[in-house]
Amino acid sequence: MDVIGIISQLVFFLIAALTLAAGLATVLLRNVFHAGLALVGTFFGVAALYLMLEAEFLAVVQILIYIGAIAVLILFAIMLTRSLMKNEDSNINKQWAWVATVIVILFVGLFILILQVPWQHSGTAVYTDLVPHLGTALLTTYLLPFEIVSVLLLAALIGAFIIARE
Amino acid sequence: MITTIPLVYYLTISAALFCLGLFGALARRNAIAVLMGIELMLNAVNINLVAFWRYGSPDPIGDQSGIVFALFVITLAAAEAAVGLALVIAIYRSRDTVNVEEIDLLKW
Repeated sequence: MDVIGIISQLVFFLIAALTLAAGLATVLLRNVFHAGLALVGTFFGVAALYLMLEAEFLAVVQILIYIGAIAVLILFAIMLTRSLMKNEDSNINKQWAWVATVIVILFVGLFILILQVPWQHSGTAVYTDLVPHLGTALLTTYLLPFEIVSVLLLAALIGAFIIARE
Repeated sequence: MITTIPLVYYLTISAALFCLGLFGALARRNAIAVLMGIELMLNAVNINLVAFWRYGSPDPIGDQSGIVFALFVITLAAAEAAVGLALVIAIYRSRDTVNVEEIDLLKW
């Protein structure tokens, strides 16, 4: 393996460790606000993974939508509903041991499955700009889902407004 | 870059992130923390979609369906977060709690 290969593997493991550590903090931290900040870290890690996968547009969308919109929305909601979760003795409910067991089994099962399937690697390095092709695909092949999802976003916006109104 | 990192690495990270999110969604008490767990699971699914597009597609430039699918998932996650957090705030207004164990109005 050449130097670039070793460096890219190192970068990958660094990003992976950061993402998983932030994800762990998100589900385990007692203070919900700190958990929200850890969620932002996870989103950054996932965006970096998209960059490693040469999906630059999706990495930017991840930062804009997830960190810029969803994470900020979550942090606002935490601040609006915060007062009573401070004196809570535990933020994990009583069935957490069962849940943890099931999830460890699920992860081991998934891991074995991932290792056993003979995945086909047909990926070669892409050096061209992917965004024009993506735009063309969105407005030709995927035009109908694109329009439907915009209507759905509008419906969700109006619905959220009506539900959260006094 | 793409040749030195096997697809299995991405799938493993995605599986781990999905399991973490599932734990958060099933074991947390705070309703907003439950929503955060769901966001983690959606992110894990997106990593899978993009990794399969990048490694599995014979023509990753011409056929970007994996990216398009991930974009739609992100859009739906945004809609879900908006409606879910609006519900949490509405419940907080009427019942003064966001603890999912105390919100049992529909429990028989």
